[in-house]
Amino acid sequence: MTRYDSLVDSVGHTPLVGLPSLSPSPEVRLWAKLEDQNPTGSIKDRAALAMIEKAETEGRLTPGATILEPTSGNTGISLAMVASMRGYRLVCVMPENTSEERRQLLRMWGAEIIASPAAGGSNEAVRVAKGLALEHPDWVMLYQYGNPANAEAHYRGTAPEIHADLPEITHFVGGLGTTGTLMGVGRYFREHQPDVRIVAAEPRYGELVYGLRNLDEGFVPELYDESLIDSRFSVGPRDAVRRVRELIAAEGVFAGISTGAILHAALAQANKCVKAGERADICFVVCDGGWKYLSTGAYEGTLDEAEDRLDGQLWA
Amino acid sequence: MAIEVRIPTILRTYTGGERAVEAKGDTVAELIDDLESRHDGIQERLLENGEARRFVNIYVNDEDIRFTGGLQTALSDGDTVVILPAVAGGAR
Repeated sequence: MTRYDSLVDSVGHTPLVGLPSLSPSPEVRLWAKLEDQNPTGSIKDRAALAMIEKAETEGRLTPGATILEPTSGNTGISLAMVASMRGYRLVCVMPENTSEERRQLLRMWGAEIIASPAAGGSNEAVRVAKGLALEHPDWVMLYQYGNPANAEAHYRGTAPEIHADLPEITHFVGGLGTTGTLMGVGRYFREHQPDVRIVAAEPRYGELVYGLRNLDEGFVPELYDESLIDSRFSVGPRDAVRRVRELIAAEGVFAGISTGAILHAALAQANKCVKAGERADICFVVCDGGWKYLSTGAYEGTLDEAEDRLDGQLWA
Repeated sequence: MAIEVRIPTILRTYTGGERAVEAKGDTVAELIDDLESRHDGIQERLLENGEARRFVNIYVNDEDIRFTGGLQTALSDGDTVVILPAVAGGAR
Protein backbone atom coordinates (compact mmCIF):
# COMPACT_ATOMS: atom_id res chain seq x y z
CA MET A 1 0.00 0.00 0.00
CA THR A 2 1.64 3.23 -1.09
CA ARG A 3 -1.41 5.50 -0.97
CA TYR A 4 -1.79 7.86 2.01
CA ASP A 5 -4.39 10.40 3.09
CA SER A 6 -1.80 13.19 3.34
CA LEU A 7 1.94 13.82 3.28
CA VAL A 8 2.19 13.53 7.07
CA ASP A 9 0.56 10.09 6.90
CA SER A 10 3.33 8.89 4.59
CA VAL A 11 6.14 9.21 7.17
CA GLY A 12 8.12 5.98 7.51
CA HIS A 13 7.72 2.74 5.52
CA THR A 14 11.09 3.42 3.86
CA PRO A 15 12.91 0.97 1.57
CA LEU A 16 15.72 -1.31 2.68
CA VAL A 17 18.24 -1.82 -0.10
CA GLY A 18 21.16 -4.23 -0.41
CA LEU A 19 24.66 -2.95 -1.14
CA PRO A 20 26.13 -5.70 -3.33
CA SER A 21 29.33 -3.82 -4.18
CA LEU A 22 30.25 -2.59 -0.68
CA SER A 23 29.34 -5.86 1.03
CA PRO A 24 32.60 -7.75 1.63
CA SER A 25 31.20 -11.23 0.81
CA PRO A 26 27.96 -13.15 0.27
CA GLU A 27 28.14 -14.14 3.96
CA VAL A 28 28.71 -10.60 5.24
CA ARG A 29 26.15 -8.28 3.72
CA LEU A 30 25.35 -4.60 4.17
CA TRP A 31 21.85 -3.16 3.94
CA ALA A 32 20.87 0.51 3.81
CA LYS A 33 17.62 1.80 5.36
CA LEU A 34 16.78 4.77 3.15
CA GLU A 35 15.43 7.30 5.61
CA ASP A 36 16.13 10.08 3.14
CA GLN A 37 12.92 8.93 1.46
CA ASN A 38 10.77 10.41 4.20
CA PRO A 39 8.60 13.45 3.30
CA THR A 40 11.12 16.17 4.21
CA GLY A 41 14.08 13.99 3.32
CA SER A 42 15.34 12.74 6.67
CA ILE A 43 14.82 10.21 9.45
CA LYS A 44 13.75 13.08 11.72
CA ASP A 45 10.26 13.08 10.24
CA ARG A 46 9.56 10.05 12.40
CA ALA A 47 10.61 11.68 15.68
CA ALA A 48 9.04 15.06 14.86
CA LEU A 49 5.66 13.54 14.05
CA ALA A 50 5.74 11.26 17.09
CA MET A 51 6.65 14.11 19.47
CA ILE A 52 3.93 16.40 18.11
CA GLU A 53 1.28 13.68 18.20
CA LYS A 54 2.19 12.74 21.77
CA ALA A 55 2.00 16.38 22.89
CA GLU A 56 -1.40 16.68 21.19
CA THR A 57 -2.66 13.53 22.91
CA GLU A 58 -1.45 14.81 26.27
CA GLY A 59 -3.16 18.15 25.68
CA ARG A 60 0.10 20.13 25.82
CA LEU A 61 -0.27 21.28 22.20
CA THR A 62 -3.46 23.10 21.36
CA PRO A 63 -4.40 24.94 18.14
CA GLY A 64 -2.27 28.05 17.57
CA ALA A 65 0.41 26.98 20.08
CA THR A 66 4.09 27.86 19.68
CA ILE A 67 6.62 25.02 19.55
CA LEU A 68 10.21 25.75 20.63
CA GLU A 69 13.12 23.43 19.79
CA PRO A 70 16.93 23.53 19.86
CA THR A 71 17.74 22.17 16.42
CA SER A 72 20.33 22.97 13.81
CA GLY A 73 18.82 20.91 11.12
CA ASN A 74 16.70 18.00 10.21
CA THR A 75 14.50 17.89 13.32
CA GLY A 76 13.63 21.54 12.79
CA ILE A 77 12.78 20.95 9.14
CA SER A 78 10.59 17.97 10.04
CA LEU A 79 8.87 19.85 12.87
CA ALA A 80 8.35 22.85 10.56
CA MET A 81 6.55 20.73 7.98
CA VAL A 82 4.27 18.99 10.49
CA ALA A 83 3.68 22.25 12.44
CA SER A 84 2.71 24.15 9.29
CA MET A 85 0.23 21.43 8.32
CA ARG A 86 -1.33 21.50 11.80
CA GLY A 87 -1.34 25.23 12.43
CA TYR A 88 1.43 25.60 15.03
CA ARG A 89 4.10 28.29 15.14
CA LEU A 90 7.67 26.94 15.33
CA VAL A 91 10.71 28.71 16.83
CA CYS A 92 14.06 26.95 16.25
CA VAL A 93 17.22 27.77 18.19
CA MET A 94 20.26 26.90 16.07
CA PRO A 95 24.02 27.56 16.11
CA GLU A 96 25.04 30.34 13.73
CA ASN A 97 27.54 28.06 11.93
CA THR A 98 24.96 25.80 10.28
CA SER A 99 24.48 25.66 6.54
CA GLU A 100 22.48 28.20 4.56
CA GLU A 101 20.41 25.45 2.93
CA ARG A 102 19.01 24.46 6.31
CA ARG A 103 18.07 28.04 7.18
CA GLN A 104 16.28 28.44 3.85
CA LEU A 105 14.43 25.16 4.27
CA LEU A 106 13.27 26.11 7.76
CA ARG A 107 12.03 29.50 6.59
CA MET A 108 10.32 27.89 3.60
CA TRP A 109 8.18 25.75 5.91
CA GLY A 110 7.44 28.82 8.04
CA ALA A 111 9.79 28.38 11.00
CA GLU A 112 11.38 31.29 12.87
CA ILE A 113 15.08 31.05 13.69
CA ILE A 114 16.92 32.29 16.78
CA ALA A 115 20.72 32.04 16.49
CA SER A 116 22.94 30.68 19.24
CA PRO A 117 26.75 31.15 19.35
CA ALA A 118 28.80 28.86 17.09
CA ALA A 119 31.27 28.01 19.85
CA GLY A 120 29.85 25.15 21.85
CA GLY A 121 27.68 23.89 18.99
CA SER A 122 24.40 22.28 19.93
CA ASN A 123 25.28 22.52 23.64
CA GLU A 124 24.77 26.27 23.35
CA ALA A 125 21.54 25.85 21.37
CA VAL A 126 20.17 23.58 24.07
CA ARG A 127 21.14 26.09 26.76
CA VAL A 128 19.61 29.06 24.90
CA ALA A 129 16.40 27.10 24.24
CA LYS A 130 16.08 26.10 27.89
CA GLY A 131 16.40 29.79 28.83
CA LEU A 132 13.73 30.81 26.30
CA ALA A 133 11.42 28.12 27.64
CA LEU A 134 11.63 29.74 31.10
CA GLU A 135 10.88 33.19 29.64
CA HIS A 136 7.92 31.88 27.64
CA PRO A 137 6.10 29.32 29.78
CA ASP A 138 3.30 29.11 27.20
CA TRP A 139 5.69 27.83 24.51
CA VAL A 140 5.95 24.06 24.16
CA MET A 141 9.48 22.68 24.01
CA LEU A 142 9.33 19.16 22.62
CA TYR A 143 13.01 18.65 23.47
CA GLN A 144 14.18 15.84 21.22
CA TYR A 145 17.13 14.95 23.50
CA GLY A 146 14.87 13.91 26.35
CA ASN A 147 11.46 13.20 24.80
CA PRO A 148 10.65 9.47 24.99
CA ALA A 149 8.41 9.88 21.90
CA ASN A 150 11.60 10.39 19.87
CA ALA A 151 12.89 6.89 20.70
CA GLU A 152 9.36 5.50 20.61
CA ALA A 153 9.05 6.47 16.92
CA HIS A 154 11.90 4.08 16.14
CA TYR A 155 10.68 1.39 18.53
CA ARG A 156 7.30 1.39 16.79
CA GLY A 157 8.37 2.24 13.24
CA THR A 158 11.98 1.96 12.13
CA ALA A 159 12.86 -1.23 14.01
CA PRO A 160 9.80 -3.37 13.16
CA GLU A 161 10.14 -2.30 9.51
CA ILE A 162 13.76 -3.49 9.47
CA HIS A 163 12.88 -6.69 11.33
CA ALA A 164 10.13 -7.53 8.80
CA ASP A 165 12.38 -6.86 5.81
CA LEU A 166 15.51 -8.50 7.26
CA PRO A 167 14.65 -11.17 9.83
CA GLU A 168 18.21 -12.50 9.57
CA ILE A 169 19.68 -9.18 10.81
CA THR A 170 22.77 -9.52 13.03
CA HIS A 171 23.83 -5.87 13.49
CA PHE A 172 22.15 -2.48 13.44
CA VAL A 173 24.33 0.61 12.96
CA GLY A 174 22.94 4.08 13.56
CA GLY A 175 24.13 7.60 14.25
CA LEU A 176 24.42 8.85 17.81
CA GLY A 177 23.01 12.34 18.22
CA THR A 178 19.88 12.71 20.27
CA THR A 179 20.32 8.91 20.60
CA GLY A 180 16.62 8.47 19.70
CA THR A 181 17.19 6.11 16.76
CA LEU A 182 19.60 3.85 18.63
CA MET A 183 17.55 3.83 21.83
CA GLY A 184 14.30 2.94 20.04
CA VAL A 185 15.79 0.37 17.68
CA GLY A 186 18.04 -0.98 20.45
CA ARG A 187 15.16 -1.53 22.85
CA TYR A 188 13.06 -3.20 20.13
CA PHE A 189 15.76 -5.73 19.27
CA ARG A 190 16.69 -6.34 22.94
CA GLU A 191 13.07 -7.43 23.37
CA HIS A 192 12.44 -9.21 20.07
CA GLN A 193 15.80 -10.55 18.87
CA PRO A 194 18.38 -9.96 21.59
CA ASP A 195 21.34 -11.37 19.69
CA VAL A 196 21.24 -8.37 17.30
CA ARG A 197 24.23 -6.15 18.12
CA ILE A 198 23.59 -2.41 18.30
CA VAL A 199 26.44 -0.25 17.01
CA ALA A 200 26.65 3.53 17.43
CA ALA A 201 28.55 5.87 15.12
CA GLU A 202 29.31 9.20 16.72
CA PRO A 203 30.57 12.11 14.62
CA ARG A 204 33.84 13.68 15.80
CA TYR A 205 33.98 17.39 15.01
CA GLY A 206 36.68 20.02 14.98
CA GLU A 207 37.93 21.46 18.25
CA LEU A 208 35.62 24.47 18.23
CA VAL A 209 32.65 22.23 18.94
CA TYR A 210 34.30 20.80 22.06
CA GLY A 211 35.23 24.24 23.38
CA LEU A 212 33.56 23.95 26.77
CA ARG A 213 34.49 26.32 29.56
CA ASN A 214 34.60 23.41 31.96
CA LEU A 215 33.90 19.71 31.85
CA ASP A 216 30.76 19.99 33.94
CA GLU A 217 29.13 21.73 30.96
CA GLY A 218 29.31 18.46 29.01
CA PHE A 219 26.10 16.99 27.74
CA VAL A 220 24.68 13.49 27.52
CA PRO A 221 21.12 13.33 26.13
CA GLU A 222 18.58 12.37 28.78
CA LEU A 223 17.34 9.60 26.44
CA TYR A 224 20.70 7.83 26.39
CA ASP A 225 20.82 4.38 27.99
CA GLU A 226 24.22 2.75 27.61
CA SER A 227 22.80 -0.75 28.13
CA LEU A 228 20.99 -0.61 24.77
CA ILE A 229 24.27 -0.28 22.83
CA ASP A 230 27.04 -2.82 22.28
CA SER A 231 29.77 -0.68 20.74
CA ARG A 232 30.37 2.95 19.93
CA PHE A 233 32.71 4.34 17.29
CA SER A 234 33.92 7.92 16.97
CA VAL A 235 34.26 8.91 13.29
CA GLY A 236 36.04 12.00 12.05
CA PRO A 237 35.13 14.07 8.97
CA ARG A 238 37.80 12.54 6.74
CA ASP A 239 36.45 9.00 7.11
CA ALA A 240 32.86 10.23 6.86
CA VAL A 241 33.54 12.05 3.59
CA ARG A 242 35.54 9.14 2.15
CA ARG A 243 32.69 6.73 2.87
CA VAL A 244 29.92 8.99 1.62
CA ARG A 245 31.82 9.26 -1.68
CA GLU A 246 32.27 5.47 -1.81
CA LEU A 247 28.55 5.02 -1.22
CA ILE A 248 27.65 7.10 -4.25
CA ALA A 249 30.41 5.66 -6.45
CA ALA A 250 29.81 1.99 -5.61
CA GLU A 251 26.07 1.88 -4.96
CA GLY A 252 24.62 5.10 -6.39
CA VAL A 253 23.26 6.21 -3.01
CA PHE A 254 23.61 9.99 -2.52
CA ALA A 255 23.68 10.50 1.25
CA GLY A 256 24.49 13.24 3.74
CA ILE A 257 27.84 13.33 5.51
CA SER A 258 26.62 11.81 8.79
CA THR A 259 25.64 8.71 6.82
CA GLY A 260 29.29 8.42 5.77
CA ALA A 261 30.23 8.20 9.45
CA ILE A 262 27.62 5.49 9.99
CA LEU A 263 28.80 3.54 6.94
CA HIS A 264 32.37 3.78 8.25
CA ALA A 265 31.30 2.06 11.48
CA ALA A 266 29.23 -0.48 9.52
CA LEU A 267 32.23 -1.39 7.35
CA ALA A 268 34.46 -1.67 10.44
CA GLN A 269 31.91 -4.08 11.88
CA ALA A 270 31.70 -5.97 8.56
CA ASN A 271 35.48 -6.41 8.51
CA LYS A 272 35.46 -7.74 12.07
CA CYS A 273 32.85 -10.33 11.01
CA VAL A 274 34.87 -11.34 7.95
CA LYS A 275 38.00 -11.82 10.08
CA ALA A 276 36.06 -13.86 12.63
CA GLY A 277 34.52 -16.00 9.87
CA GLU A 278 31.01 -15.06 11.03
CA ARG A 279 27.90 -14.62 8.89
CA ALA A 280 26.48 -11.12 9.18
CA ASP A 281 23.60 -9.03 7.88
CA ILE A 282 24.38 -5.48 8.88
CA CYS A 283 21.70 -2.83 8.54
CA PHE A 284 22.68 0.84 8.73
CA VAL A 285 20.73 4.06 8.45
CA VAL A 286 20.91 6.54 5.58
CA CYS A 287 19.78 9.53 7.68
CA ASP A 288 19.31 11.99 4.83
CA GLY A 289 20.41 12.84 1.31
CA GLY A 290 23.42 14.96 0.43
CA TRP A 291 21.49 17.93 -0.92
CA LYS A 292 21.67 20.09 2.19
CA TYR A 293 25.44 19.67 2.45
CA LEU A 294 26.57 20.55 -1.08
CA SER A 295 27.69 24.00 0.04
CA THR A 296 29.97 22.46 2.70
CA GLY A 297 32.32 21.39 -0.09
CA ALA A 298 32.37 17.77 1.10
CA TYR A 299 31.54 16.29 -2.29
CA GLU A 300 34.21 17.94 -4.45
CA GLY A 301 37.99 18.07 -4.57
CA THR A 302 40.45 15.97 -2.58
CA LEU A 303 39.79 14.48 0.85
CA ASP A 304 42.29 16.93 2.35
CA GLU A 305 40.35 19.86 0.93
CA ALA A 306 37.03 18.46 2.13
CA GLU A 307 38.47 17.83 5.60
CA ASP A 308 39.73 21.42 5.81
CA ARG A 309 36.38 22.81 4.72
CA LEU A 310 34.49 20.77 7.30
CA ASP A 311 36.71 21.84 10.20
CA GLY A 312 34.56 23.82 12.62
CA GLN A 313 31.32 22.94 10.83
CA LEU A 314 28.55 20.90 12.36
CA TRP A 315 28.59 18.37 9.56
CA ALA A 316 26.34 15.80 11.21
CA MET B 1 55.70 1.21 24.24
CA ALA B 2 54.48 4.62 23.15
CA ILE B 3 50.86 5.45 22.63
CA GLU B 4 49.64 8.76 21.32
CA VAL B 5 47.02 10.44 23.51
CA ARG B 6 45.03 13.33 22.07
CA ILE B 7 44.09 15.90 24.65
CA PRO B 8 40.98 18.12 24.32
CA THR B 9 41.38 21.90 24.49
CA ILE B 10 39.90 22.08 27.96
CA LEU B 11 42.58 19.79 29.47
CA ARG B 12 45.63 21.28 27.72
CA THR B 13 46.43 23.38 30.76
CA TYR B 14 47.78 20.09 32.15
CA THR B 15 49.93 19.33 29.10
CA GLY B 16 51.54 22.74 28.62
CA GLY B 17 49.23 23.40 25.70
CA GLU B 18 50.18 20.21 23.84
CA ARG B 19 47.36 18.75 21.68
CA ALA B 20 48.84 15.27 21.83
CA VAL B 21 51.26 13.62 24.25
CA GLU B 22 52.85 10.20 24.47
CA ALA B 23 52.20 7.81 27.31
CA LYS B 24 52.76 4.17 28.23
CA GLY B 25 50.64 1.38 29.62
CA ASP B 26 49.21 -2.06 28.87
CA THR B 27 45.73 -0.84 29.78
CA VAL B 28 43.93 2.50 29.72
CA ALA B 29 44.18 2.62 33.55
CA GLU B 30 47.97 2.25 33.38
CA LEU B 31 48.13 4.82 30.61
CA ILE B 32 46.28 7.36 32.75
CA ASP B 33 48.58 6.63 35.71
CA ASP B 34 51.51 7.31 33.41
CA LEU B 35 49.90 10.55 32.17
CA GLU B 36 49.37 11.66 35.76
CA SER B 37 53.04 11.10 36.56
CA ARG B 38 54.01 13.79 34.06
CA HIS B 39 50.86 15.93 33.97
CA ASP B 40 49.93 16.38 37.60
CA GLY B 41 46.17 16.66 38.21
CA ILE B 42 44.91 15.33 34.89
CA GLN B 43 43.76 12.01 36.36
CA GLU B 44 41.30 13.66 38.71
CA ARG B 45 39.73 15.50 35.75
CA LEU B 46 39.30 12.26 33.79
CA LEU B 47 38.23 9.75 36.41
CA GLU B 48 35.77 9.50 39.24
CA ASN B 49 35.22 6.43 41.43
CA GLY B 50 37.49 4.36 39.22
CA GLU B 51 35.62 5.13 35.99
CA ALA B 52 35.67 7.77 33.29
CA ARG B 53 33.69 10.81 34.43
CA ARG B 54 30.19 11.15 33.02
CA PHE B 55 31.13 13.91 30.57
CA VAL B 56 34.48 12.39 29.57
CA ASN B 57 34.69 9.95 26.67
CA ILE B 58 37.85 7.93 26.04
CA TYR B 59 38.37 6.16 22.73
CA VAL B 60 41.00 3.57 21.80
CA ASN B 61 41.40 3.41 18.02
CA ASP B 62 38.10 5.29 17.73
CA GLU B 63 36.15 2.85 19.90
CA ASP B 64 34.56 4.06 23.17
CA ILE B 65 36.19 2.15 26.04
CA ARG B 66 32.91 1.91 27.95
CA PHE B 67 32.03 -0.90 25.54
CA THR B 68 35.45 -2.58 25.32
CA GLY B 69 36.27 -3.27 28.97
CA GLY B 70 36.43 0.23 30.43
CA LEU B 71 39.73 1.25 32.01
CA GLN B 72 40.93 -2.35 31.68
CA THR B 73 40.81 -2.06 27.86
CA ALA B 74 44.11 -3.43 26.57
CA LEU B 75 46.53 -1.22 24.67
CA SER B 76 49.31 -2.07 22.28
CA ASP B 77 52.05 -0.15 20.55
CA GLY B 78 50.79 2.22 17.89
CA ASP B 79 47.27 2.53 19.33
CA THR B 80 45.71 5.96 19.40
CA VAL B 81 43.82 7.20 22.43
CA VAL B 82 41.44 10.15 22.05
CA ILE B 83 39.93 11.96 25.02
CA LEU B 84 36.87 14.14 24.35
CA PRO B 85 34.25 15.88 26.43
CA ALA B 86 30.68 14.66 25.82
CA VAL B 87 28.78 17.33 23.90
CA ALA B 88 25.44 17.58 22.15
CA GLY B 89 27.35 17.78 18.86
CA GLY B 90 25.84 18.86 15.63
CA ALA B 91 22.79 19.00 13.44
CA ARG B 92 19.83 17.50 15.19
